Amino acid sequence: MRKQIEGSAAVAQAVALARPEVICAYPISPQTHIVEALSAIVKSGDLQPCEFVNVESEFAAMSVAIGASAAGARAYTATASQGLLFMVEAVYNASGLGLPIVMTVANRAIGAPINIWNDHSDSMSQRDSGWIQLYAQDNQEALDLHIQAFKLAETVSLPVMVCMDGFILTHAVEEVEMPDQATVDAFLPAFEPRQVLDPAEPVSIGAMVGPEAFMEVRYLAHRRQMEALEVIPAIAAEYGAVTGRVRDGLISRYRLDDAEIVVVALGSVIGTLQDTVDALREQGVLVGVLGITSFRPFPLESVRDALAGARSVVVLEKALAVGIGGIVANNVRTAVAGLAIDVRTVIA
Amino acid sequence: MFQTRFHGRGGQGVVTAAELLSVAAFRAGRHAQAFPSFGSERTGAPVVSYCRIDDRPIRSREPVVVPDALIIQDTTLLQQTDVFAGLADDGYIVINSTRDVPELGIGEMLAGRDPARVITVPATRIAMQHLGRPLPNLVLLGAFAALTGLVGLVDVQAAAGERFQGAVLEGNCAAARQAYDVVKAHVGEGVGDAMAAVSAGAPVFDRKDADA
Repeated sequence: MRKQIEGSAAVAQAVALARPEVICAYPISPQTHIVEALSAIVKSGDLQPCEFVNVESEFAAMSVAIGASAAGARAYTATASQGLLFMVEAVYNASGLGLPIVMTVANRAIGAPINIWNDHSDSMSQRDSGWIQLYAQDNQEALDLHIQAFKLAETVSLPVMVCMDGFILTHAVEEVEMPDQATVDAFLPAFEPRQVLDPAEPVSIGAMVGPEAFMEVRYLAHRRQMEALEVIPAIAAEYGAVTGRVRDGLISRYRLDDAEIVVVALGSVIGTLQDTVDALREQGVLVGVLGITSFRPFPLESVRDALAGARSVVVLEKALAVGIGGIVANNVRTAVAGLAIDVRTVIA
Repeated sequence: MFQTRFHGRGGQGVVTAAELLSVAAFRAGRHAQAFPSFGSERTGAPVVSYCRIDDRPIRSREPVVVPDALIIQDTTLLQQTDVFAGLADDGYIVINSTRDVPELGIGEMLAGRDPARVITVPATRIAMQHLGRPLPNLVLLGAFAALTGLVGLVDVQAAAGERFQGAVLEGNCAAARQAYDVVKAHVGEGVGDAMAAVSAGAPVFDRKDADA
């Protein structure tokens, strides 16, 4: 069904279509409208069985999500900015335990100075946490990625962060196509956990290990993320087949075939860049846009392949790693190592 | 593409107005995008919001800096902020005021503009009559529909129906109609070619499958 709605409402409805059994969240701008809408959906009784847990902090939100997921429930939460930082200790536990939690990050800058403006500092600070990170270009992609995220998380047993630019997407009212419940149910079967915390059949998860096992667990998480490089496009293709919206899953390409200059970016700025590319092309500038949808795992091969014909690459990014510069640019440089491509960073 | 910028103060429904215009345009079969400016908005502070309408999918998310139309909800902003910045030479202006345009003291800023494209509407007064509350946004959208022809009154009223119900919906629809009729009597079949900025006139796709 085609709708003209706010991005936050679109995401809330998409999450509800995925039938989470536990939703817990603490409100923070610009994430608030998402969880407000979900609390209304749960209260209406339209989403059953689902428990909406009001928590006293983001740390509690992630902790409740971990408990719910370990007990076998499909769990969802959402946050932004300082809220993400406040839950970080539990964020690492979620990925270390391999729990398929889905979390929206409504990207917002981190203080100080205090700011509610969008950038990517919050989710970029968690790039090495072991969570898969997907970045939405527009609200259609945001809602589509959420539905796919549950399937992806449960397939690879890793938590997934769906990142959408705060305000720019969360508060934008635009047209989206919302899949119906039957389509989502057919695409996303009920969660079948690998193991369940159950008093009747006790197990321990996340037990104390020595250094010999710790790095192996970390390595296995890395392996699962590498496997996700295959799983993400497969799920995107499967989703595209039932919705008609076919995306690569890992990257998006725009006018790259003969591009000498390529701008690389994540998130909502890609649409503006596409308009700019069209204008520059009319002036004869051979420029294109490479969007990175999956930042973790980072699709080194896809990025290298997409940029192989370029002479110059400009990475437009929204987080400044103080002391080194651009985070995305350094990942891109790894992808094109050995190729004669000039990679520049623009942080805006 | 037709771009509208809304100016008002926190609490007047500036953000809602842009959203409702986008819904009205969607109802009329267009692509549309609405979003607020982002700061720490609070009641009474100057607030800006934007709406783009086109017959192609809208990709840019930049703030609107060269608007085709301005909707100004509060005349106290006319001298305080540069509300006219970037307005197209043939742009439309709808101002919420009980006074006529020449009485607003903005002659210098309107120099060279077609007077037919600059109108005032006593939107707050009309809203008070119909709603008993100073919420001028749907009144101004009724006026905007009559002035530009870009959306129909029926589309504005349908947009209101997605947000309000009962007496508030009825009051808003009646208030929008009153403003629409007043402006329509003033401008006749409309001025300019706002529709040409968007398309040849026909809706770009059928909205029969849209959310009711």
